[in-house]
Amino acid sequence: MSEQNNKKNAVEVENLYVEYHSGGQVVKAVNGISFTLEKGHTLGLVGETGAGKTSTALALMRLLPDRVSHMRCGVIRLKGDNIMELPESHMNLMRGSIISMIFQDPMTALNPIMTVGDQILEALKIHNAEGLSKEQLNRKVDEALELVGIPASRKNDYPLQFSGGMKQRVVIAIALACSPDILIADEPTTALDVTIQAQVLALIDVLKQRLGMSMIMISHDLGVVVKTCDDVGIMYAGELVEYGSVEQIYGDGPHHPYTQGLFGAIPNIRSKSRRLTSIEGLMPDPTDLPKGCKFSPRCAKCMEICRVTAPGEWEQDGHRIKCHLYGGYTE
Amino acid sequence: MKTKGQEKQSIKRGRGYEIWGLFKRNKPAMVGLALLAFIALVAIFADVIVPEELCYTFSGAPLETPSIEHPFGTDNLGRDLFARVVHGSRVSLLIGFGATILSLAVGAFIGAACGYFGGVLDNVVMRIFDVIACIPGMLLILVLVMALGRGTENLLYALMISGVPGYARFVRATVINLTDMEYVQCAKSYGTSNFTIILRHVLPNALGPIIIMLAGSVSGTILAAASYSFMGFGVQQPAPEWGAIIAASRQFMRLAPHFAVLPGMAIVITAMSINLMGDGLRDALDPRLKD
Repeated sequence: MSEQNNKKNAVEVENLYVEYHSGGQVVKAVNGISFTLEKGHTLGLVGETGAGKTSTALALMRLLPDRVSHMRCGVIRLKGDNIMELPESHMNLMRGSIISMIFQDPMTALNPIMTVGDQILEALKIHNAEGLSKEQLNRKVDEALELVGIPASRKNDYPLQFSGGMKQRVVIAIALACSPDILIADEPTTALDVTIQAQVLALIDVLKQRLGMSMIMISHDLGVVVKTCDDVGIMYAGELVEYGSVEQIYGDGPHHPYTQGLFGAIPNIRSKSRRLTSIEGLMPDPTDLPKGCKFSPRCAKCMEICRVTAPGEWEQDGHRIKCHLYGGYTE
Repeated sequence: MKTKGQEKQSIKRGRGYEIWGLFKRNKPAMVGLALLAFIALVAIFADVIVPEELCYTFSGAPLETPSIEHPFGTDNLGRDLFARVVHGSRVSLLIGFGATILSLAVGAFIGAACGYFGGVLDNVVMRIFDVIACIPGMLLILVLVMALGRGTENLLYALMISGVPGYARFVRATVINLTDMEYVQCAKSYGTSNFTIILRHVLPNALGPIIIMLAGSVSGTILAAASYSFMGFGVQQPAPEWGAIIAASRQFMRLAPHFAVLPGMAIVITAMSINLMGDGLRDALDPRLKD
C-alpha cells in the first residue's frame, strides 16, 4: 500500500473470515468481508442478531477468544499496520491508543469492584508514554469524566452507584481516555432507553468531531445509523450483502432484497397499514449455511441460480451489492 | 425483602457493612468468632500468660491432676500442661492458617492462569493435578514429610503442597466463569495485559467464594497438623503441639485422663470455632442464601 493510502484510510479489511469451533462444529460467523474506513468517517454496520457484526468488531481489536475462535483473513490494517502480524505485546499498546471499543452492555462492561476512576486510570497508566506523574494522570481522569458529562467528584464511586445511562458514559470515557484514532461502538445504545439513547448518540457525535476520530458504529437500528454514519454496510449471515454511502443505501437506487426487507420492517408514521412487513423465516444456522446465496431461503425474489451459486458483487460508484438480481458475476 | 438496588449496594463500602450486618445476626458464627479471637489472643500473648520455659522445665510431679499451681495438671514428665497447651496454640494456628493461605495463594494463581488462558497450559496442569489426586492424601503428605525430613516446617510445606491441586481446581472453575464477563474484555480493549487482568479484574471478583473455601479448610488443616504430629510426622518432642501432646498421653489415658482431654479440647474448640465462623461467612457472602 502506498504511503498516501495509509494516511487516508483508518481501517482496511480485506477478506476477513471468523470461525468459532465448538464441540466439533464450525460456526461460520464472518465469511469474507472487505471494507475500508476513511479517516474521520463513520461506518455503520447493520444486521440482525448473529449477522457477525460483533465478531467483526472483535476481530478488528484482535480480541476474539483464542480458545474457540479462528480468524482467517487476508489483511486487517489499522492506520496502515497489518495487525494480523503484530506480536501480542505490540497489539496491547495499540488497543486503547489506536483502536478502542465501546461495549454493548454498560451493566456488565465495568468491573463491579473497581471505582470508575480507577478503571479510567488503569487505561491511562498503560498508555502513559509521556511519563506523566500521578497527579497529572488523576487530572486526566477528571477530564475524561467531565468530557462525558460526569462530575469528577464521582470518580471514587463504584459502577453500581451509577444509573445505566451514566454507566454507558463511563464506558465511553474509558474508551476515549487515551484518545484513540479509531473507535468501535458496538450497539452503544441497545441497553438504554430512548431518551438516554439520544443523549448518548449526540455525545458520541460531539466527541467524534472534537477528537477527530474515525468510527465504526454497530447497530441494528437504521434510524441511529442514518443520523451518525457516512458509510453503511448491511450484514447478513457473516457477509456484507450491501455496502455504500448513506445516500446510496437510504436512496432509491438498486438494493439487495435483504436491505429492502429491513427498510420494509420500519414502521412508517404516515402509513395506514396496521401490520409491519417482516422478512419471513430466520437467519440460517451458521453451522450449516445454504449453498448458494445465503439469503436465498428467505428471499422473495429468489431465482434458480440463487440456490446453486453464491452471487458475485455488483458495483457502481462504491455502492456494492451481492445479489444475482444485478447480474453480479459468479465466483 | 431487599430491592435490587440495595442488594447491588455491594462490595467494599456498601458490601462490607452488609456482610457484617448479616454475619452479626448469625449467633453461632459470632460465638465462633469470639472463640477464635480468644484463641488468637492466647497465641499472640502466650509469653505474657505463661513463660515459655515452663513448657520444658519439670516443675511438678508426673501426671499431677489440675490444681491452682498447675491449672491443667502436669504431663508424664512433670511439665506444666497449661504452659504446653498455651504455647502449642501458636504452632497449631501457624500451621492451620499458614499452610492453608500459602497453598491457596499458589493454587489460586495456578488455577487462575489455567482458567484464564485455557488450552494446552490448562490441559497439562490439570492432568498433572489429576495424577496427584490419585495418590491418597495421607500417603502423599507422609511421603512428602519423609522426603523433606520430619519437623514443623516440613509438615507445613507438605500440607501446603497437598492442598494446591484442590484450590487450583476450585479457582479455575470460578475464573472460567468470570473470564467471559464483558468487563474482562473491556479491560483488554484498552490494552491491559493478561497478568494485570488476572490480578486486578478476575481474582478480586472471585474473592467471595475463595474466602468461604478458605474458612472451610483452615480447621481441616489444623486437625490434619494435629493428626500428623500425633503420628510423629510433624512437630517433634519436646516442642509443644496439641497433637504431639496427645500422642505422648496415649499410655497414660487411664491414669491421667486430663493429659489427653485438655489438649484435645483445645483442638476441638479451635476447629469448631473456625467451622462456625466459616458457615456464617458463607451465609453472609453467598447472595443466594440471603433472605
